[in-house]
Parts: sequence; structure tokens; C-alpha cells
Amino acid sequence: MSIVTPGFHGRGRPAADLPPGQYLTEDFPVLSAGPTPRVPTGSWTFTVTTETGREYRWTWAELLALPAETVTVDLHCVTKWSKLRTTWRGVPLDTLLADVETAADFAVAESYGGYTTNLPLADLLDGQAWIAYSYEGEDLTAEHGGPARLLVPHLYLWKSAKWVSGIRLSHDDEPGFWETLGYHEYGDPWREQRYQGD
Amino acid sequence: MAGGTVRRLAWRVATLVDGTPETASARTMTFHVPDWPGHLAGQHVDLRLTAEDGYQAQRSYSLAAPADADRITLTIQRVPDGEVSPYLTDTMKPGDPVEVRGPVGGWFVWRPDSTAPVLLVAGGSGVVPLAAMIRARRAAGSRVPFRLLYSVRTPADRYYSADLAGPLDGVDVTYAYTRAVPDGWPRPPGRIGVADVNTHGWPADLAPECFVCGPTGFVEAVADILVALGHDPRRIKTERFGPTGG
Ligand SMILES: Cc1cc2nc3c(=O)[nH]c(=O)nc-3n(C[C@H](O)[C@H](O)[C@H](O)COP(=O)(O)OP(=O)(O)OC[C@H]3O[C@@H](n4cnc5c(N)ncnc54)[C@H](O)[C@@H]3O)c2cc1C
Repeated sequence: MSIVTPGFHGRGRPAADLPPGQYLTEDFPVLSAGPTPRVPTGSWTFTVTTETGREYRWTWAELLALPAETVTVDLHCVTKWSKLRTTWRGVPLDTLLADVETAADFAVAESYGGYTTNLPLADLLDGQAWIAYSYEGEDLTAEHGGPARLLVPHLYLWKSAKWVSGIRLSHDDEPGFWETLGYHEYGDPWREQRYQGD
Repeated sequence: MAGGTVRRLAWRVATLVDGTPETASARTMTFHVPDWPGHLAGQHVDLRLTAEDGYQAQRSYSLAAPADADRITLTIQRVPDGEVSPYLTDTMKPGDPVEVRGPVGGWFVWRPDSTAPVLLVAGGSGVVPLAAMIRARRAAGSRVPFRLLYSVRTPADRYYSADLAGPLDGVDVTYAYTRAVPDGWPRPPGRIGVADVNTHGWPADLAPECFVCGPTGFVEAVADILVALGHDPRRIKTERFGPTGG
């Protein structure tokens, strides 16, 4: 049961429906554990590795040649801010994974710079996830994960790995970077799954 | 995370014991939190404030010092027009309750058994978790050499002057002012640049642990400088407090 903090009124109640504990921001704050990697598109590749070790790889030019989608989605960061109606362009994971042969249930997104995050493979499919390379009509900046990041907006934003370099498929759920440091393994903002055990 | 059952981080009721002005716009606040589990330097808590109509707001705040049994200390910078910080700095009275959960964050931490030299780079209120590391070092009797490079607007905006100004055995503190400097100060006001980090940091070949905390733009700039100076990006840990300020 929550206790009332006397004298705290808060600001105007948000008109928008936000997940519990979130507040609305108009900025686009940055959250990362270390320095921002700079990855030239000339040497950029994206690799899907299956549980049998088979690799499927795309260069930057090959990624851009794939059919892309423009999507408008809400972002929810575990540090409490939410940003609504952001517009991205990128290639759906459905397209990248269409010809990949796998029986895996889990995926680990891997990034340039060494970041990892885990999620069920099902959460990357059915129009729920993209490899995004443009934000509000501009090339995605390095600060926000460019040249390309994973975008999985139905989970807290740390699952949307910046500077993504690939997806590794596996039979087992292997905790990624924040997940080994006490953050929730799944991270559904609507169920407020911030930390382990939430 | 191996084995064991996962327990949810509980919300606890924290009661304000004492609030002291740290600067004209910041307040250091000590809370009593029954059954506080303890924490590492660099970790933070989530505060949850509930208004009478049930409306709630949550924000994160760094722990400023090692826990003193059931007492934790935070320092809050007032953000003009902010929803939560002006309440904490200006309105909240000793005896008032707020909910807290934590400690949170297992990456941006310094452990007293670590032996590598440490470089701390703070922008504004970003000094809070870094001061916790200096205090934890002292509490543990660690002799690991520390350097703190602290960017702040003016001398009056410095936090923890009493703690940081004195001669500190094995901790070098350098201030870099961005707006106004004391009389006769050798460095003109300005943002931290590569020369500051090169002069007052550690050489990359000593493989120091680097902790950078402050507003996003500050952290981005300093982390880029450290990488350019040859520091291993995996040894540069960052915590970004918010969009601007500092
Ligand atoms: C891990 C973590 C640790 C933190 N530790 C501390 C701490 O030890 N001490 C501390 O004072 N703060 C700390 N912060 C920042 C704190 O959580 C809040 O963001 C801050 O107090 C502002 O909240 P508010 O409700 O007053 O402002 P809001 O109502 O959220 O914001 C009001 C306006 O101010 C801007 N703004 C938001 N945050 C900041 C900021 N930090 N600086 C300048 N402008 C801002 C917003 O963009 C908005 O325009 C920490 C943040 C994180 C993520």
C-alpha cells in the first residue's frame, strides 16, 4: 500500500495513458553504460547466428536494399521517462529472419562495443521489432544507437540494443548485460518489470 | 544471478531525518529506512511520491555515502520547473515519509577490494555517486589512488566542500569551473576539454577504472575524450542524469 507524501502535489495529471511509474518527456534522453561506439557504415554488418552456428550476414548496403517500414511508436525507458509517437524507419525482423532456419526460443541481441540483451524470439517477430536506421526522418545518430539499433518498443528501451551487430539464437535464455546486473529478464513496461523479481 | 530465488525489490517507507542546504539550489537529505539492506558506492534508489489523490511520480537518485545502518543520504539538485526535485529541496520536512526502493544498479559501482587506480569525472550533481566512492574508499581504509575532476558552474555550486577540499590522503581533487572562477584561478572558465582530462586524469597505460557522471552532454563529451586518450572503452563506466544542467 502506498503512503501519501504530505505536500507533494505533482504536476498536471498526464492526459496520455502511460505505463505505471513513467512520466512524459519531450526530450530524447540517452542511457548507456559506457562511451558511445562510432561504427562506420563501410565496415558495418548485421549477423544472425542460429543455435547450430549457421550465420546469415548483411552489409549496410544489403540492409538498405531490403524493404523497410516507417513506424510510429511509444518509447518507455526503465529510468522512468516515456516519449510518445516517435517515428522510425527500418527493416522488420520478420524480413531478416524469414529464411533463417531455427528451432530456438530465445535471442540475444549483440552490439558493437560489447553490449548484449536477451529476449524471447517471439518478441522479435510479428511486426514487433525492427533494425532501425532512421529517426524522425534523419539518419540515426551514434548517441541514439546509430548507424542502426534494434527497436522493440513494447519492452523497456534497454532491450532495443543500440549499435546492434547481430542476433544470436539459442535454446536457452541467457541474461544480457543489464539482465545480469539486476534488471528484469523480460522488461514489460505495462507490468512494470524493471528489476529482477518484479 | 545464478541460483536462488529472485526476490522483488521491496518499496520501503523512508522518513526524512534531516535536510541541509548543500548549495543555494541543492539539499543533502538523510532518510531513515528500516531494514535497509546496504549498498555499494555508485548505486541509486528509486523514490516514489504519492499525492493525496493517489497520483504518483518516481525518480532515481544516487546514494551519496555508504549506508550508516538504517540511514541513507541523497543530494538533490533543484531542477527549475521540475515535478519532483523542487518538492524534495524546498517542501519536504523532517518526519515526512516517501517510498524508496533499492539499491539499484550493479554496473556503475566501485568495490573497495578493487586495486586499479580510479578516475572520477563529475559534472554538476553528477558528483553525488562519485563522492560516495570516495567516502567508501575512506570507510574501507583503501589506499587505491583516486583522482576526481569536478566540473561545476562556480565555486558556490560545489557540493561537499568540507569533505573534498581538505587534504585527502590519496585522493586528488581538481575543480574545473564553467562560469566563474575564484580570484587568481589559473584556468579560465570553460567546459572540460581534452587538456583537463589529460593533465588531471590517469595515463591510459595505468588502466584506471573511469567513472563519468553528469548531464548527458557532459558524459558524452568526457567519455569520447577518454576513448580518444586511449582508455579502454570497457573500463569507462557512465551514468547519465538527465538532459541538461550541471
Ligand atoms: C540513475 C540516476 C541517478 C540520478 N541521481 C541524481 C542525484 O543524485 N541527484 C539529483 O539531483 N538528480 C539525480 N538524477 C536526476 C533525477 O532522477 C531527476 O531527473 C531530476 O531530479 C529531475 O526531476 P524533476 O521531477 O524535478 O524534473 P522533471 O519534471 O522530470 O523535468 C523538468 C524539466 O527539467 C528537465 N530535466 C530533467 N532532469 C534533469 C536534470 N537532471 N537536470 C536538468 N534538467 C533536467 C526535463 O527535461 C524537463 O524539461 C538521477 C537520474 C538518474 C537516471
